[in-house]
Amino acid sequence: MDYTPLLLSAKLALVCTVLLLLIATPAAYFLAFKNFKGKFLIESLIGLPLVVPPTVLGFYMLILMGPKGPLGKGWIYLTGGSLAFTFAGLVFASLLHAIPFALQPIKASFEKLDGRLLEMTSVLGLSPLQAFFRVVLPNTINGLSAAAMLSFAHTMGEFGIILMVGGSIPGKTKVASIAIYEYVENLQYDKAALMSLVMIAVSYAILISVNYLNSRQEINYA
Amino acid sequence: MLEVAIKKQMPGFTLSAEFSCRNGQLVVFTGPSGAGKTTLIRILAGLESADQGSICYQGRTWYDSARGIHLPPKSRELGYVFQEHTLFPHLSVKGNVGFMQKNPNKVNALLRVFKIQHIADHKPHQISGGERQRTAFAQALAKDPKLLLLDEPFSALDSATRNRLQYELKKLRDKLSIPILHVTHDLTEVEYLADKIVHIDRKFPVPRYEQPKTENKVQSALKYFKSVAY
Repeated sequence: MDYTPLLLSAKLALVCTVLLLLIATPAAYFLAFKNFKGKFLIESLIGLPLVVPPTVLGFYMLILMGPKGPLGKGWIYLTGGSLAFTFAGLVFASLLHAIPFALQPIKASFEKLDGRLLEMTSVLGLSPLQAFFRVVLPNTINGLSAAAMLSFAHTMGEFGIILMVGGSIPGKTKVASIAIYEYVENLQYDKAALMSLVMIAVSYAILISVNYLNSRQEINYA
Repeated sequence: MLEVAIKKQMPGFTLSAEFSCRNGQLVVFTGPSGAGKTTLIRILAGLESADQGSICYQGRTWYDSARGIHLPPKSRELGYVFQEHTLFPHLSVKGNVGFMQKNPNKVNALLRVFKIQHIADHKPHQISGGERQRTAFAQALAKDPKLLLLDEPFSALDSATRNRLQYELKKLRDKLSIPILHVTHDLTEVEYLADKIVHIDRKFPVPRYEQPKTENKVQSALKYFKSVAY
């Protein structure tokens, strides 16, 4: 079996997980602690990838990433190369698709924090950034870990959106889910079965870890 | 000296308070639930803003609606103890006391004064309610605050522990030379601790009694409050 698609999936999942945590953590912080008009509209928009078919998202991403799309044009301006059908394009598309999986667990763990603890940090003289690293992060680390694992697992398992924006270029955009699809199309069931088994094992291990972390997520105030 | 004269529109009534508190004096806010006692403490802490009025501490303006001054909580250098959940759950007793105080000698001294050295490495959920509130007091005093705000700090405790901590607070008041503002429902606590009583009620325009020296005067004030509010 060719392991390149599996490694590519893992690389994509890793890059996306890191970027998602960097994007979703401040967004979740803002949504959990700030109330503003139209907040539900923003939350619904972020949750859209959960309900919209990946092909629909993929289609719009492909248009945006094309040489005439704003994302594609910007990328060409910055790097000189095109975005569609590249690894970077896969990262963009996967980020958009997986953001609710990262944001929701982080937001939920922030919302579990007692608001008075945050007030206490300002009474004691901490800046919001210090409060985040000294109080919020240590008390929500399980939620953040769960978000990281769900983002990783979800990106590993993406298919539709990747097929739309990445195609199946070996070593560049042919990730494990696409490779399995091609094995089946070529009637190479043994290879498809083996790679599927690896994917199931990885996903199951991740879900076990997430559930374990969720069971330990209660903050023990007193 | 802390001087306060503020008004804030609450749902259905106006919270209005005017009082002063000298260094070393313990002012107790009494009154029924929902009268705005906690809101008043939060306004003093800078966590909420009043609608009008001023708050001055030692000649420095913390809040002045006319001049648009509102110092954030951290610039007021406060100690603040709530009823519960004041402590950081991920830190030990020592970690909580030393949260903003890096000097280990000072932290150890506070642990000794508040009799919590033996539980220094315990997390808040591993200790009793009384020990948690002792830790909260030590944390609040760790950075030498200019004002101590206490929002029903003993109300979640059993009566024996509450009596003991009330006694310790009274001793502490004698040692500290800062204003202490204390919210409570407990009239025995008012009687025992108050140098001065500020009654907060929706129905009455903040009746006040002040007589720090004579117990009798505080007693008669209490009789008055019992007759009007309870």
